Amino acid sequence: MEHQPPPFFKRGPAPLALLSFYVAIAVALLVIDARLQALEVVRQALSLFTHPLQQLAHLPAHSVASAGDYFVSLAHLREENARLQQARIEKATTLLRTQQLEVENERLRKLLGVKERQQASGQVAQILYAARDPYTRRIVIDKGQQDQIAAGLPVIDDAGVVGQVTRVFPFVAEVTLITDKEQAVPVQIVRTGQRSVVFGLGNGQLELRFLPANADVQNGDVLVTSGLDGIFLPGFPVARVVHVERDTSYSFARIFCMPLAGVENFSEVIVLEQRPPVALPAELTAAAGGREAKAAKSTQARKKRLRRE
Amino acid sequence: MQTSYRSSARILLPVRPWFIACSLAVALLLNLLPTAASPVLPDWLALVLVFWSVREPRRVGMGLAFLGGIAMDVADAGLLGQHALAYVLAVYGGGALSRRILWFPLAEQALHVLPLLLLVPLVQVVVRVIAGADFPGFGYFLGPLLATLLWPVLTFALLLPQHQPVDHDANRPL
Repeated sequence: MEHQPPPFFKRGPAPLALLSFYVAIAVALLVIDARLQALEVVRQALSLFTHPLQQLAHLPAHSVASAGDYFVSLAHLREENARLQQARIEKATTLLRTQQLEVENERLRKLLGVKERQQASGQVAQILYAARDPYTRRIVIDKGQQDQIAAGLPVIDDAGVVGQVTRVFPFVAEVTLITDKEQAVPVQIVRTGQRSVVFGLGNGQLELRFLPANADVQNGDVLVTSGLDGIFLPGFPVARVVHVERDTSYSFARIFCMPLAGVENFSEVIVLEQRPPVALPAELTAAAGGREAKAAKSTQARKKRLRRE
Repeated sequence: MQTSYRSSARILLPVRPWFIACSLAVALLLNLLPTAASPVLPDWLALVLVFWSVREPRRVGMGLAFLGGIAMDVADAGLLGQHALAYVLAVYGGGALSRRILWFPLAEQALHVLPLLLLVPLVQVVVRVIAGADFPGFGYFLGPLLATLLWPVLTFALLLPQHQPVDHDANRPL
């Protein structure tokens, strides 16, 4: 019988083995999350543990803020009330006519045989906090799967487009702001009708890319969503051009814009409902179907070829 | 003898596991505070994890660091695994250097801990830059410097429950 030393000094696996084990798991997680985006379920499960903790951590700030609200002076509220009343009356002239204009627009569109404009509707959500990650521009709102929020829905506030829902948890959702480096919004310049795509720069500004150096863009031009993406309804203000750089050594102009919505502020936002998919005309659907069938066939052929080899 | 600026080497009572757990939970909560978005504030969880990995390398190891890191990743909306990787590496360093670090007085201990704490944001920056993000600026590395200054304070505060009474009195309850 082989003699074993007594387990006095049992210490588990060697530190280096443990280190390689954990580093391997962490790197695998990183790669899967960055390349395949396949860990949303894991994230949602873990969020059930971290979100209560986060709420607990935000409790003192919230209670201080609400206590501040309670002690807002009467004079301040009266002044605000008067200001809002005035703003309402000033807006009334345009607002009262909007209804009539929409009816007229609908009638004219029917006459022309153009599809009716879609009505915008959505639900109001409160911004809870900005995500802590310093590399991305994201906010967390207080509506989640419970309120039928889904990834991809557009988010706006009273002044314009704020961003897009990118991750949904049971009770909260993450919104990527339009100023994030990986966010792009198809837009149209109001003055000229020129269509383009506006990209976030990650520093609070936006850039209108791929417009030729001699494009008709001026400081102060307002960009609105063009609606070509099938996500944003057309016509929501996005940004205003603040600086145009025309360098003849580049073929494109560098056009910087500031977002119109209070993107970095903490307030309420509206999560719009999903845009109903626009049906393609019959001949286009047939063409798309044909292309899909062709693509499927080509992958099958590739597989067959691989098998043969 | 109490923990002083000159020395932290003294005979202490054994640490209570629930106290380690509580200190880690408090550090996680501090990390989730709304003020924590400013980069100047230290990463409390990293600091406390490194502290316990230096003090009690057999109780606080890479498993706890990994779990804490995953929790931070989900709360932070970053890439899943970036904090976990950074914390695991820092805690491994803390455990490996534990015997050496504890030999020194507190100020020099803090100097030894600085590279470990700098490793945490460095690993995250490298991971995110590889994944396609921009460099967030050098302000990002200020947190570990402040955390290093806090090392002596933290040592005193977290070792307080392990201090023995200076004069042994049979009639005193504590």
